Amino acid sequence: MAQLTLPKNSRVGAGKTWPAPAGAGKTRRFKVYRWSPDEGGNPRIDSYDVDMDSCGPMVLDALIKIKNEVDSTLTFRRSCREGICGSCAMNIDGTNTLACTQAIGDIRGDVKIYPLPHLKVVKDLVPDLNQAYAQLASIEPWLKTTSAPPERERLQSEDDRARLDGLWECILCFCCATSCPSYWWNGERYLGPAVLLQAYRWIADSRDEMTGERLDDLQDPFRLYRCHTIMNCTKTCPKGLNPAKAIAEIKKLMVARR
Amino acid sequence: MASDNRPLSPHLQIYRPQLTSVLSIAHRGAGVALGVGAVFFAWWLLAAASGPEAYAYAEAFFGSVVGILVLAGFSFALFYHLCNGIRHLFWDAGMGLELEQAYRSGWAVIAAAVVLTAGALVWALAG
Repeated sequence: MAQLTLPKNSRVGAGKTWPAPAGAGKTRRFKVYRWSPDEGGNPRIDSYDVDMDSCGPMVLDALIKIKNEVDSTLTFRRSCREGICGSCAMNIDGTNTLACTQAIGDIRGDVKIYPLPHLKVVKDLVPDLNQAYAQLASIEPWLKTTSAPPERERLQSEDDRARLDGLWECILCFCCATSCPSYWWNGERYLGPAVLLQAYRWIADSRDEMTGERLDDLQDPFRLYRCHTIMNCTKTCPKGLNPAKAIAEIKKLMVARR
Repeated sequence: MASDNRPLSPHLQIYRPQLTSVLSIAHRGAGVALGVGAVFFAWWLLAAASGPEAYAYAEAFFGSVVGILVLAGFSFALFYHLCNGIRHLFWDAGMGLELEQAYRSGWAVIAAAVVLTAGALVWALAG
């Protein structure tokens, strides 16, 4: 049964306010979720007033500026800062997205930043994604064949290759999975949109020879069928992909092969 | 390594309501409302079967302001669930799954449910 409220130890309290430095120009307030295993206690929201005259345009720029200049204890994942690594996925202004491609200027009012929803928090904006990674591993996201390896690489027609467009671009940031209420309530058994899009990426691959086994693996009331086409996944995907459609394609194949 | 005191990150509390999720939970809510409405419907049928006195009592309730509100809510739940159910049928056939299409069909379902409910109320109250 879904627990709609947060457990006692997870309820968020008020935190510190970090004012902008003297002489700051135009400022914006960033309200950031904080929790540290070293301090214990409940999570809190710290407010940082950031001088926008000396800050880059993206939310990640502001987070890095805060960490560099104001509060070095602020913890978050980031790497490529150009929307291709998926590290800085977080909940910004109420939806999941990448901090590095989310412009501060597109957000009205205070910039509220939380870790990806309904995950165990390791520290501050760093959630524990081990379960999601294990689920990804469970669908065996690699080319599986039964025929003997050919002399050279396995070839694919342009049309067959085109069927993978919209699938291969996924960067596994898990914005979609953690936007999905079904995944919130049944994440231990439902694979979620990110992993199912990956599953379909291999099902749709003309070179893969284990399509039947892949579908068998998903034939389960929870692993696949907890998707109720809510479409929060498609709405939130920072790469503009469509996990809901990929899942619908899997469901269609399930019916077609009966 | 993983310690048990790790908090759960906020979810419903902070996720922005949007057409996708609101219509989805409304679909489920409408389904529950239809279950409740079915009880009222069964009561009405039982009253009709029990005799004129019981039927007059039920009629008086459904003619009252509260009764009309119940019937209006039941009608809206019925029409919304019906229209959104048809939307789901298209999705299950793999159609209309682009985000813009889902938004357009979502607003269309709301409009259809409102119009059908209003039409049913006008028809019922005029009749």
